[in-house]
Amino acid sequence: MYSEKVMDHFTNPRNVGEIENPSGVGEVGNPVCGDIMRLYIQVEDGIIKDVKFKTFGCGAAIATSSMVTEMVKGKTIEEALKISNKAVAEALDGLPAQKMHCSNLAADALHKAIEDYQNKSKKAS
Amino acid sequence: MRRVYLDHSATTPVRPEVLEAMLPFLKDEAFGNPSTIYSYGREAKKALDEAREKVASLIGARPEEIFFTSGGTEADNLALIGTAAANEKKGRHIITSSIEHHAVLHTAQYLMRHGFKITFLPVTPEGLVRVEDVEEAITDETILISVMHVNNEVGTIQPIKEIGHLARERGIIFHTDAVQSVGKIPVNVDELNVDLLSASSHKIYGPKGVGCLYIRKGTRINPILHGGAQERKRRPGTENMPGIVGFGRAAELAGQELDSEMERLKGLRDKLIDGIMNRIEDVQLNGDREKRVATNANFSFRYVEGESLLLSLDMKGICASSGSACTSGSLDPSHVLLAMGIPHEVAHGSVRMTLGRDNTEADIDYVLEVMPEIVARLRSMSPLYNQR
Repeated sequence: MYSEKVMDHFTNPRNVGEIENPSGVGEVGNPVCGDIMRLYIQVEDGIIKDVKFKTFGCGAAIATSSMVTEMVKGKTIEEALKISNKAVAEALDGLPAQKMHCSNLAADALHKAIEDYQNKSKKAS
Repeated sequence: MRRVYLDHSATTPVRPEVLEAMLPFLKDEAFGNPSTIYSYGREAKKALDEAREKVASLIGARPEEIFFTSGGTEADNLALIGTAAANEKKGRHIITSSIEHHAVLHTAQYLMRHGFKITFLPVTPEGLVRVEDVEEAITDETILISVMHVNNEVGTIQPIKEIGHLARERGIIFHTDAVQSVGKIPVNVDELNVDLLSASSHKIYGPKGVGCLYIRKGTRINPILHGGAQERKRRPGTENMPGIVGFGRAAELAGQELDSEMERLKGLRDKLIDGIMNRIEDVQLNGDREKRVATNANFSFRYVEGESLLLSLDMKGICASSGSACTSGSLDPSHVLLAMGIPHEVAHGSVRMTLGRDNTEADIDYVLEVMPEIVARLRSMSPLYNQR
């Protein structure tokens, strides 16, 4: 039911972990529905230099988390904001229909992390 | 790669002896319709009668009380809808449990939409129906009680004999879905005090697409399909001869091997349960430890999600199932685990492993060897794990 790319990212997820003192953190989902994604970003000069994630969830949840970290690394904030859940799913050669809603939230986690970073920067300035 | 099949409650492979018994009925040797009077038909009728005797013998019934169906689901539908239709003038109340298989649960909900009142009994945290709750739920309107014998997810053995006793005293028809118990624990319709009992072939190394409903003589029940006089007018349609013959042979073999296999599988199951609990932290066994079928182990691994566990197990050649929402096609995890009061997040991390005749001690050793690293890997990715 999963594409080879999904299985690859599930088996060898990229950028698993946490960042100490991150520029921003975003979390989506909740344990009741069976998916939680937490994404950490490190921003320098408007560019996402580093990104890490931790995810509790199904194969699709882990694979989309891993994929979004790969897509966003080295991108500007502006570019990162353009990454959609749909784009993440497409980069994984698609997800089963029933997974598109519940487990395809990685871009949301990324956008929340950026929002967190922007709120922090506002306070600092 | 080594393959370990631990999903025998989902289905089982057809035994070679069963296949051998079936083959003539798939070829031109024994293709006859048992309703016809010439030699082919008579031969088929004889095989049909023999299969009926074998299935009856496994559950202590009389052959004329066995009605072949397309499987457990149809047997459950016939039991509920057929009884409701035949007895609605007496009353429109049915009692069942909240941990039934969907074949009963969804059929009960269907009857509810058609004006029947349904009581869905709660269960204990161990996954057991309380006889007192059944007693309390009975009203003058109650026409049917349906409680499963062995739960398909957590393997708990329900107090069927006691509930049956109660039903008989009150003159209420009693059905049990015995799809997960027949051939795995001793089942006797008289000892259990049941009037209706559903069984399935493919759970006991027979072919898929065949099962039966036991109907005690004198039980008022209407057919739900129409179009022929087969199965004593209770279930029309030309008989699935290869399937029925296979089911008969599977039932015969299951009966012969019941005691020894139960003992052997109990040993393997206990080794699996103890091994997992000793090797991995933050694990719970779901379902009562004692009142449990020898083939079932069901664990919740905290901080990880069931589908991820299944995918990881599959990569190691281990086939199991989960009560997580992701594997059910809905957003909610297993209704059985939720009815037992297990929180959503714990239910999402559940894995069911069900043993069968092909499993060996070495299979269990292999599972115990790979499981800790699988759980550790997923936990290292889980944001819930370091918060605990």
